[in-house]
Amino acid sequence: MNSPFVVPVNPDSACQPPSTKDFVVDRTFRALARIGVVLVLALVFALVFEVGRKALPGMEKHGFDVLLGSVWDVNQGKYGILPAIWGTLYSAFIALLIAGVFGVSMAIFLTQDFLPAKLAAVFRTIVELLAAIPSVVYGLWGIYVVIPAIRPLTAWLNTELGWIPFFGTSLSGPGLLPAALVLAIMILPTIAAVSQDALTAVPMKTKQAAYGMGTTHWEAILKVMVPSAATGIFGSLVLGLGRALGETMALAMLVGNANNISLSLFAPANTLAALLALNFPEAGPNEIEVLMYAALVLMFITLLVNVAGSMLMLYAQRGTKQ
Amino acid sequence: MKSLMKSAALAVAVSLSATSVFAAESIRLTGSGASFPAPIYLTWFKDFSKKSAGVTVDYQSKGSGAGVQDFLNKTVDFAASDSAMKDEDIAKVAEGVQLLPMTAGEIVLAYNLPGNPKGLKLPRDVYSDIFLGKITKWNDPKIVAANPDLKLSDTPITVVVRADSSGTTAVFTKHLAAINPAFKDALGEGNTVNWPATDKFIKSPKNDGVTATVRQTPGAIGYIEYGFAKLAKVDFAQLQNKAGQYVVPNAESGAEALAAVKMPESLVAWLPDPDGAKSYPITSYTWMIFRKDNGNPAKAKAMREMVEYSLTEGQKIADSMGYIPLPASVVEQVRKASANIQ
Repeated sequence: MNSPFVVPVNPDSACQPPSTKDFVVDRTFRALARIGVVLVLALVFALVFEVGRKALPGMEKHGFDVLLGSVWDVNQGKYGILPAIWGTLYSAFIALLIAGVFGVSMAIFLTQDFLPAKLAAVFRTIVELLAAIPSVVYGLWGIYVVIPAIRPLTAWLNTELGWIPFFGTSLSGPGLLPAALVLAIMILPTIAAVSQDALTAVPMKTKQAAYGMGTTHWEAILKVMVPSAATGIFGSLVLGLGRALGETMALAMLVGNANNISLSLFAPANTLAALLALNFPEAGPNEIEVLMYAALVLMFITLLVNVAGSMLMLYAQRGTKQ
Repeated sequence: MKSLMKSAALAVAVSLSATSVFAAESIRLTGSGASFPAPIYLTWFKDFSKKSAGVTVDYQSKGSGAGVQDFLNKTVDFAASDSAMKDEDIAKVAEGVQLLPMTAGEIVLAYNLPGNPKGLKLPRDVYSDIFLGKITKWNDPKIVAANPDLKLSDTPITVVVRADSSGTTAVFTKHLAAINPAFKDALGEGNTVNWPATDKFIKSPKNDGVTATVRQTPGAIGYIEYGFAKLAKVDFAQLQNKAGQYVVPNAESGAEALAAVKMPESLVAWLPDPDGAKSYPITSYTWMIFRKDNGNPAKAKAMREMVEYSLTEGQKIADSMGYIPLPASVVEQVRKASANIQ
């Protein structure tokens, strides 16, 4: 490969055309990057295609009955995933609510001069360590620590405030609330880390300008810093939600896997990912088709949530610019 | 350091020469299937591989259904299943199928009650109704009547069942369907059944999941394998058998149950509800599945040796691992039938 920039220049001049080596490195890197992009896209399409192909017979056979049914009875050939869809969304949104509040507060606390920079870095590392704990450990921790810890409170809520649908049943053990709590802890590092990056990326000058206008510390944070970092913070929430929707093992151990549709936080529920993980290993050919169908539904929900998130973000940005 | 290198080189040389000696007769048997007997099978296969030069046995515990599927697809040399093999599946194998019962196990009802009372007794109609969702409180008059010595509160009964497809569920529901017609009509039997959808039925994955959930939930009851319950040291109930007696699950009561049923020619005997005053009611054999015509005499011989080892040395460790040794008459029948593996 020869550089097209071979033009006679004064060798003493400060500006030189790119050498052949520069040119080759540049082109190689560009080609590699392109291959990478194509491969990632191809992988996603191959995945969707493969799952879709295997789900097709199930979709033809059962149609919308799978989406609307609430009975999963392999022996009678009845497959309904409505409770799993409900449980997936319900648990993920509760987890997002909890982790969102704590994650963003944590990001503000660690980036907005509340702590010396070195101490903040230590805290940040500790939070990020949470992301390295395996899912099964979270599941066991949930069973042995979280459930006994919340049992007294849930019993009180159930007896005193049982008329509120959210507290309508007593907590027997695994259920939606312990699952959502553990899920919240699992997605916390993602939300906290990405939000912190977003907040640190706001130029120093913006904050100084805010102080120059006479704002207090809190006014500067809430009215200037957080809105400026809103895109990144919102992105962290979407990432967290994506992870919550797909989390499997900890949920399979904590959610109770019962085909219930209930508003009660203390009732056992089911999620799509847990349904897939638990039924795949021994599924017969008929069941596999429906499980693939369920996998497709899960992918679709994740896609929908991400698209909806991006749209909302765009809308919000337009709002602030006016 | 140098001596280390030298010994390493020596080891490599020795192992190389060893493989070249045995290369001609190195046989590798692969099997897959039931997870319930997996702990004892893995111990047997490890010991057997160690004792017989040139033969290694690999076993993958992925579930009875998956094992049979692998066997039909010819990806394994043998399979293992808690629910034997369906006639329609047997018909698909042109080489012929030999089922051999290799060991047996019991399923216990583990419970967790406030104050940890020991020796809970459960009558037949009570425990089947609990798993139907009909009896929901621990102080139900029927439970109290069977346990006059225990203090039982009005704690709700939380029923813990398997979330994954499992041979354990198949054996358990087979028993419940046999003793309670209402259970048979409402839920039937199988590797998974459609348990009642109430907030007091919780599904947990695998034996460990059920055990952990029972342990952490006051008022819980769940079915797990005896070997597992013994290892995990959970309380389990005495169940009323067909003769009306309350029986503690252990090797003796399991052996009584096995003795109550005559092993037929096919070597597939079900004990959904065994006779005998000392029989534990939920006991079941578990099978290995072989092809009659393997088209490979060396492999067939290795498999026969493996069966022989399991029948002799293998049965000795069954009790300590929480399984029930096969009755002597059954061992004889299995030995005879294993000659069909050619």
